[in-house]
This record gives sequence, C-alpha cells and structure tokens, in this order.
Amino acid sequence: MKLDALRSERLPNIWCPGCGNGIVLRALLEAIDQLKLDPDKVVLVSGIGCSSRAPAYTAFDNVHTLHGRAIPVATGIKLANPDLTVIVVTGDGDSSAIGGNHLIHAARRDVDITVIVFNNFNYGMTGGQGSPLTPVSSITTTAPNGTLDRPFDLVNLAAGAGATYVARSGIYFTKHMVDHIRKAIAHHGFSLVDAVAQCPTYFGRFNKKGSAGQMLVSQKDWMVLKSVADKKTPEELVGKTVIGEFVNIERNPAQSGEAPKEQA
Amino acid sequence: MSERVVLMQGNEAVAEGALAAGVRFFAGYPITPSSEIAEVMARRMPQVGGTFIQMEDEISSIMAIIGASLAGKKVLTATSGPGFSLMQEGLGYACMIEAPIVILESMRYGPSTGMPTKVSQMDLMQTRWGTHGDHWIIVLSPSSVEESYQLTIRAVNLAEKYRNPVILLSDETISHLREPIDTSTTPTLVERKLPVDKTGYLPYKTDASLIPTIANLGTGYRTSFTGLVHNESGFQTANGHVAEALIERLRDKLFNNLDDIIQYESDRVEDADIVFMSFGITARAVSEAVESLRSQGRKAGSLRFITLFPFDDDRVRSAAGHARTVVVPELNSGQLVLLIKRVFGDSRQIVPMNKINGDLISPQEILSFVKEENL
Repeated sequence: MKLDALRSERLPNIWCPGCGNGIVLRALLEAIDQLKLDPDKVVLVSGIGCSSRAPAYTAFDNVHTLHGRAIPVATGIKLANPDLTVIVVTGDGDSSAIGGNHLIHAARRDVDITVIVFNNFNYGMTGGQGSPLTPVSSITTTAPNGTLDRPFDLVNLAAGAGATYVARSGIYFTKHMVDHIRKAIAHHGFSLVDAVAQCPTYFGRFNKKGSAGQMLVSQKDWMVLKSVADKKTPEELVGKTVIGEFVNIERNPAQSGEAPKEQA
Repeated sequence: MSERVVLMQGNEAVAEGALAAGVRFFAGYPITPSSEIAEVMARRMPQVGGTFIQMEDEISSIMAIIGASLAGKKVLTATSGPGFSLMQEGLGYACMIEAPIVILESMRYGPSTGMPTKVSQMDLMQTRWGTHGDHWIIVLSPSSVEESYQLTIRAVNLAEKYRNPVILLSDETISHLREPIDTSTTPTLVERKLPVDKTGYLPYKTDASLIPTIANLGTGYRTSFTGLVHNESGFQTANGHVAEALIERLRDKLFNNLDDIIQYESDRVEDADIVFMSFGITARAVSEAVESLRSQGRKAGSLRFITLFPFDDDRVRSAAGHARTVVVPELNSGQLVLLIKRVFGDSRQIVPMNKINGDLISPQEILSFVKEENL
C-alpha cells in the first residue's frame, strides 16, 4: 500500500488505542491499491460515528454526511457520475439503525456502490450504547442488564434485500478482509462487507472481552471460514460467526438501476 | 423570437423550468400536492440525458440530490409540508457544506397530515427556521404558473451562484392551476464557479464574494466535505473563531448581495394610504382587491414578496410607501405579519388577515374585511 493514500497531516486519528477501525481502513486502502483504481475517481462517503471519520484521513475525495445518510448521498453521486468508484464507510449503528431503510433500498436497487460496515457491535462515538448488531444479552450503556433485543444478521439482511455481493470478514484475518473488500469494490452492483472490528473501550470492557490484543486474537476462536462451516451441522456452529463470501451474483442489467436509454 | 404559448399546470411548469435551467438530476418521493413534478421528471429526464430516481423517503431524496450536486449536476427535489419536515436535516447539511440544491415546497394544510388536498401558507416560517442552528436560506414564492416556470430557473441560478439551498415556496393551488405560459425565451443560465488550479487548493477559501470555489467530486481536487464546523481546507475543527467566521460568512455571502437576490412587485404604493403585503396565491386576490378599491376612489396599493428570504427590513420599509395602514392577508394564523410588525413596530397600523379553513382568500373577502374593520 502506498502511504500517499493517507493525509498524513490529518493524523493522528481520533480512535482509541486498540480500536479495530484502523485495521479495516488499512484493508480498504490496500484493496483500492490492488485494484489500481485512478485515485481521482474514488469517492469515500461516510455517515456519523467513529468509523465515519475514516474517509477524512484518506487522500481521496470524501464526503462526511449525516447520521445514517451516507448511502443516499453515495447513490446520488454514483448516478450523477457513473465513472466514479463510490465506497460507503459506515458503522453498525449508522448503517443498520438510523440508516437501515437506505441500506435495504440501495440493495434492492442494486445501485453500483460498495458499503463497508465497520462493525464493532456498539456506538463508540457516543459512549458504548447498543446497536442493532449488538449480540443479545450484551452489556451496553443503554442495556446495563444485558440487551433483550435480538441483533440483525447483516449478511442475511443485505442478501434478502437484493444485494448482489455480500461478504463478512474479521480484522484478525487481514488478508481475508482485503480480498473480500477488493472483490466487493470490483463487483458491478450493490456490494456489502460486514467488516467485524472491535471496541475495547466500551463493548469489550463492559462485556469482559479482555484487552484489545485478546479481543483481536479471539476472532480466530469465534469466527469460522465459510468453506469450513459449510461442512458443519447447525449445532456445531452455535456461537460461531461465519466469515467469507455469501452472495456473488452477476447483475442483471435489466433490473439493476442502469440509466435507461435515451427515449425519443 | 417566436412565441410559444402552452397551457401548463403549475407543477409541470416547475419541472419544465428546471429542465430549461439545466437541472439534470431529480430525486423525490410522492406526496400531494407536488407528485406531478416527479411524474413529469420521470418521463422527461431520460429524454434530456438526465437522471430521475424515486427514493425511499424524503430524507434520502434530499441527500441524493446533495450527492448529485457535489458530483456536478444541477439538481431538484419536490415535496410538501410533511416531506419538507423530513428534509430539514439535509437542508441544514446543504447550508453547511454549501451544496447548490433547489427544493420545491408546495404548501398544503397542516400540521401533520392535515388536509392534503387543501391549500395553505402555513409553512412560511418552516422554510426559514425548519432546520436547527443558525443558517440562511433563499426562499422564492411564485404567484402564477408562468412565474413558477421563471422562478424555478431563477432558483437554480441563485443556488449555483451562491452555493446555497434555494426553496421555491409554492402552494396547492398554484401547483394544480393550469394557465397559458410562454416558454420561448431562452433563459440565461448561471454556472457554479469552479477552481482552475490545484496548487494550494482550499475548497472553502473565499475572495471578496465570500462564495467558495469548490471542485466537483471526481475532478482530481480531492475535496473533503463535512457538516462539522470546518476551516478553509474543508476539515473539521472545534476552533470557536473559525466557527464564528464560518457562520458569519454563510450569512454575509447572501446579505452582501441583497440587490441581486431580493425581488418585490409593488403596485401603486407611492400615494397609497392602505397597502396590502402578501405572497403566493394570496397576492392574486390582493391584486384584484386593489383594483376594486382604486375604482372606488380608495388609494390602495400592494407589495408582493417574490423573494421571501432573505428578508431585509430596510428594503421592506422603503418599498412600502407611506401608507398608514398595512394589511397582511395570509392562509395561516399569522406568519408573514410577524416580520411586517418587526419592520414597522408601532409606526403603522399593522392588520393581520388570516384564513385557516383550507380555502383561498377571495378579493371580495378582502374588500369586506377593509369595510368591516373600518380600515
């Protein structure tokens, strides 16, 4: 990865020590670099939250929008200038709570953008409140006795809404993450990567997940590759999170939000 | 130049005016009484190489036009009060990042779902103060189908020139009215100022105009946009001095150009002893009432606000003549009259005239009102 993908004058970043966001950002920059995209034609669009600060550390055009609203802004950019590679950088709360409606409709339209969800299971920016991706029974500042709400399965949500590329990866598996983000960006159509990160400051501390290092390494215990999981029974996969590629469908131009041909 | 007079609906005139102004991106969500604009755009945009998209709600509609605007398109969305309420966060964002956008707001009876097919002028203050924080908006108000066409072109031009949201404040009646209009004039179009040199590029650095020269996305300038308070580089800062200077500049870029932005239509105010101040559909009843009063020998005049905001007290004062009595008819419980009272204080007799039953104010009602109130 070339260092000129970062705006060094904007560093250091605002993230806490041990935050997983830097690893996801690094994977994203690595994927863009491997695709040899014209950096003048890449636009990063984000919402509000810790992860949504990532684009402003990069040397690409970037648009820091409102909470939950990155996807409609990205949709407008992409439709206005289809030559651009438009990538949404968002968090679990930003994309699945306040922005959940926009997420499913962009997937339904199969608009040709890529959504990278920096998923750390809670709202870090505002102090560790629960999100729609917080696992049931977890402690958050808005669920001091453990959350009763069940989380979304983001992969199935995106797939059910019509996304034509869906993958999940974890920050422990950096090459795996780079590969899947790269494939998502290269995919022609709506793509989403659930990039599982970590928040040792809030989610990790409240739920006794250990140090940042222990949280990172633990991913190899509770994550399982899809190729391995496919050979296991549901009972054997209880408590496991499957990572890999879940949807990869070549888009059908007739149904994919391509600009209609000029009419007489 | 050959005259091309066509019968058009108000909403259709907005859509055609936008196309004539160079709008090539429309995102919207259906709502009475503005839906026809989306319908016309869905048919017309592909014909001119533009883009139409029906979004999932009004929140995403305004955000999509902001995105398309940053990518270089002239953009429009159209809605009514309930949808306009949902657009407020996006409106503030567009003010802050200085995205040129135009919103057509066709007022219906509120609050809430109210009476969707009934006219009102209840959203005047929402256009000015609907979004949170100190901000400045340009609001234009058409009184006819012809003016809906012309003001849409003007709204697009002002948005591009000042890099500011512009709201076209129409209403249910103007939206659905059908009148002959002449669309043969080729409009003068304004293009946003773009940077020419990447060296030392600072998107929010301004010259004396106070209007920033921001590159369109994807043109190699690597711009950063944020709704956070930002410095000239476009990056976030919590510096109070930078914040203060930014908010003042957002105001001054409009207020230093009031001659360019503000338009009134005044009718015989010079010798009038009674002046009616109004906007939109209500101004049409005023016009007829003034005619009747004049024919009865009464020195009546009218001031119609074409630009509602920015609202400049001094200009209103000097445009109002010397009439002792100012009557403010409007289809709400008294919104424009608050501004008129601010302008004149106790120096004139300010008389509100309000109607809130979903019907229009008729010229006859104005004449009766003047008589009954001994004005």
